[in-house]
Amino acid sequence: MIRLSKVSKQFPTGVFALENISFEVGKGEFVLLVGPTGSGKTTIFRLLTRESLPTGGEIVVDNWDIVKLPGNKISHLRKKIGVVFQDLKLLMDRTIFENIILPLEVSGINPVSAKKIAEEIMEKVGIESHKDKFPIQLSGGELQRAAIARALTLEPDILLADEPTGNLDQETAMEIVKLLLEINKKGTTIIMATHNEDIMKALSKRVIFLNKGKLAKDSAPMHSPPKSDNIEKGNKKAESKPKPEKKNPSAGSGLKEDEDF
Amino acid sequence: MKTFKTTWRNIRRSPYQAFAAIFVMTLTFLFISFFTFLLYGSSKAISYFESRPQVTAFFKNEVKQADIDNLKNELNATNKVAEIKFVSKEDALKIYREQNKSDPLLLELVTADILPASLEISTIKIEDLSEINNKLKDSPLVSEVVFQKDVVSVLTSWTNALRTIGLGLIIVLSLVSIFIMVIIIGIKISQKKQDIEIMRLIGAGGWYIRWPFMLEGIFYGTFGALLGWMISTGALWYATPFLSSFLKGIPIFPLPLVFIFGLLGIEIAVAVVLGTLSSFLAVLRYLK
Repeated sequence: MIRLSKVSKQFPTGVFALENISFEVGKGEFVLLVGPTGSGKTTIFRLLTRESLPTGGEIVVDNWDIVKLPGNKISHLRKKIGVVFQDLKLLMDRTIFENIILPLEVSGINPVSAKKIAEEIMEKVGIESHKDKFPIQLSGGELQRAAIARALTLEPDILLADEPTGNLDQETAMEIVKLLLEINKKGTTIIMATHNEDIMKALSKRVIFLNKGKLAKDSAPMHSPPKSDNIEKGNKKAESKPKPEKKNPSAGSGLKEDEDF
Repeated sequence: MKTFKTTWRNIRRSPYQAFAAIFVMTLTFLFISFFTFLLYGSSKAISYFESRPQVTAFFKNEVKQADIDNLKNELNATNKVAEIKFVSKEDALKIYREQNKSDPLLLELVTADILPASLEISTIKIEDLSEINNKLKDSPLVSEVVFQKDVVSVLTSWTNALRTIGLGLIIVLSLVSIFIMVIIIGIKISQKKQDIEIMRLIGAGGWYIRWPFMLEGIFYGTFGALLGWMISTGALWYATPFLSSFLKGIPIFPLPLVFIFGLLGIEIAVAVVLGTLSSFLAVLRYLK
């Protein structure tokens, strides 16, 4: 599903944000990206969504070669990857409902269906009672839920969650993690960046440790890489590619979906 | 529909910028409207003067009708005359009375005897006017010749100058409008930079982001044109009685409705072009 092969990101100053990073994430996996601040977690997310380009290496997401992806296909890629940003990136002058429905509007889904989908997702993440409130009126946990809801509206195959529990108390953080596990259970591949050790211990999922832009440890074995002809095909058929069926994932070690937080 | 809603929200949430954009567009179209009215009026005035007798010869008091007829025949024989009209002393009095009917004192003082009979002559070609003028001046029957070629040529040269200056000013004003609109829409784009970034990150395409700004420019242009047209037409309607009496005899007013609404249509089309161009330049400059 996701493959990074010898990926580096060097800034014009000469500093490496990432250096020679290689790992793969299989379909339906739940992977924790762990490392101290500045270790390159957010940079990986930025590369996966083509917010920036690597200075070396290859990145493949769902058979799309991210480095070679033409500019006009970037919006299609971003519709396939839901992102819960570290700073949430909710539009402050729009209500929670307006924020959540935005990806659907951007995708041109008809307003009636979009409203229905948005309401269903709000119910799923438990913020339906806040639909008409503005972000400033919500608590940290509620805002995280809103951000997750927005990331899920287009039913993405991949969800990138950048420190989704960063500013939350332990109890709320565990609620958010539980929500992410439920989403993963339905087949969505999740990469979650965190430096919360309690979460790491509680989840016992595959963990990729980063340190100073280098891969320090990967707790799971590599998957077989996708064929290069599939990558080309994926880039060409970016718009028309049918959605793969979602299955219950079994990747990762020692899943604890039923664990009560 | 959503794009229209977003456009309207952008306009509503920065009313001072919207006001500035509409104000500059209104000024431009107010000037365009007034200038068009002026050009229309002056071209009507030229047509009026061109259709009037171009040479008028006033006869001495002692001249007999037979001599006048002879002169008339002589002029007709040149084959350069389009029309000759004889105005007798009595006809001249009637015309005088009609022109001064509101001033009884002037009417009392004048009788047919003191008004000269005259010939009003139009030529087929304007360049033959000088020859006819000279022929009449040389005639012993004629006391005075009024030659209107100068009126038409002066009016024509004024109209041409007016057209050149007006077009120049319209171009300058349009450029200023575009410049100000680019700045205003640019400021709006800068204010929404974060929102735009978020929309891009969740998969919004370029035109999804650009369209509301494009429509905003078109709205300012169209609304400004409509306001400019309404103010100028209102002012013209208010001033029509005064202008009609000031330009008595010259049939300019009231301006035909087809002309007035045609002007509105053209102005709105120009406004859409100006608005689109301004927005496009702003989007090109600030939304890379």
